[in-house]
Amino acid sequence: MHPAPSIILFTTLSGLGFGLMAMLGLGAGKGEGWIAATFCALALGLAGAGLLASLFHLGQPRRFLKAFSQWRSSWLSREALLAVATLPVFGAYAALWSLAGLRLAALGLLAAALAVATVFATSMIYAQMKSVPRWRSPLTPAIFLFASLSGGALLAGETRPATVLLAALGVLQLIDWFRGDGRFAAAGSTMATATGLGALGRLRLLEPPHTGPNYLLREMVRVVGRRHSRRLRLIGFTAAVVLPIALLAPGAADHLTAGLAVLAHVVGMLVLRWLFFAEAEHVVGLYYGKR
Amino acid sequence: MTSLPASTERSLGLVIDLDTCVGCHACVVSCKEWNTANYGAPLSDQDAYGARPSGTFLNRVHSFEAVPESGGEVPRVVHFPRSCLHCADAPCVTVCPTGASYKRTEDGIVLVNEADCIGCGLCAWACPYGARELDRAAGVMKKCTLCVDRIENPNIPEIDRQPACVRACPAGARHFGDLADPGSPAAKLVAARGGFDLMPEQGTRPVNKYLPPREPVDLLAPLLDPLPQSAGGFLGWLDRALDKF
Repeated sequence: MHPAPSIILFTTLSGLGFGLMAMLGLGAGKGEGWIAATFCALALGLAGAGLLASLFHLGQPRRFLKAFSQWRSSWLSREALLAVATLPVFGAYAALWSLAGLRLAALGLLAAALAVATVFATSMIYAQMKSVPRWRSPLTPAIFLFASLSGGALLAGETRPATVLLAALGVLQLIDWFRGDGRFAAAGSTMATATGLGALGRLRLLEPPHTGPNYLLREMVRVVGRRHSRRLRLIGFTAAVVLPIALLAPGAADHLTAGLAVLAHVVGMLVLRWLFFAEAEHVVGLYYGKR
Repeated sequence: MTSLPASTERSLGLVIDLDTCVGCHACVVSCKEWNTANYGAPLSDQDAYGARPSGTFLNRVHSFEAVPESGGEVPRVVHFPRSCLHCADAPCVTVCPTGASYKRTEDGIVLVNEADCIGCGLCAWACPYGARELDRAAGVMKKCTLCVDRIENPNIPEIDRQPACVRACPAGARHFGDLADPGSPAAKLVAARGGFDLMPEQGTRPVNKYLPPREPVDLLAPLLDPLPQSAGGFLGWLDRALDKF
């Protein structure tokens, strides 16, 4: 699939923002007044920036309000509704905390639950795709959730939970790479099933339907960059998981170390998200003799 | 509503005969011509006369070569038109966040209400067949409508009330009909020729069916005089003389 910068930014930033909201809602993050306000503004800002970025990949962004209507069937619609429901609930929690010094546990729990549900809905947009076998796995929502929560814990300065969550994210990511590489073959779609011509013999595309690119090739078939995927996996994994754990290992981290851990994690997550899209192969490529 | 109907009264669709398709792309051109000028936003082209032309099409013809596993036999070329299959379990419909994509209860045609489409592209991702293309100029999703503005159009001659691709096909490789009615000519053709689904493992239950290529039979060859292998007279002398030379 084409790794569109707007979608990578959206899923990464809003994932961090909603993860931070979940963590703060669960009672993480020490401080009051300005410190609390900064935490909350960061969470809302990241989630808001991510949601804004998501508008940039729409063909008709001014009609975005219509996307709230089909929550019965569409994960994208559910995500939009949950995201918009989370913001005011967390906003109320944030206002009470930073202005009145009052942390209402019930309100925080509700905000955390909504934030987690939003990230889950985002991940299900991809996990539901039968046409992209690599994504169609329970590991997709698991990785999205752990990425979001570990990023949130890092931002909230919760060293111990962040280390545990990052380790879990690392294990899930490794399992997903190990198993994901075989999912396309396991799904059973080949040029033979795509054309129904398997009985005639070994198939190859003799002439493509068009000599130039089209929407399908631009969007669904990705060749450039995949050959670097092994190296990028190493870079992304090291930056997103290994470096933050190593930086936080000594225990009480100062602001500089914690900042470096957050920076490494965000850069690593952007690389991993880029790979999430670039490595995903759509079955339509079979009609073009490409992946 | 982007929930799929439990059943449809009719299942209108196409039957495409891979045995008779000659790969002329007339269906592609006629589809583009009709659908750029009628229902919905035009099918735009970008850089149409430049070095990297690209455009929106609702129908594409691929050409595949099959090399028999047994070896020794001549490879076969099969031309393969690809368009929306109007699936009973259309994954493109249920992912739509706005309700723009829908499947008609009366005849099963999968359509896009362009006024509601936000151009998110998710339906095109969900389709395993590449049937949907986002139009760059209009920013909305385009797909085969089975020419809804032809098949029920009282303003055009009755013979033209079928999809433009079917009307244009010079080889008679495309058939249009109600595939839910076992008595329809299209459904009978599917039954007689062993029509099949594309990517059945995707669980989409396509309405459109494809007919497999038949065994190659050259009907005329046995009726023709064999080509002469040797000549008499002056040409025969010349042939022998040149052989010795």
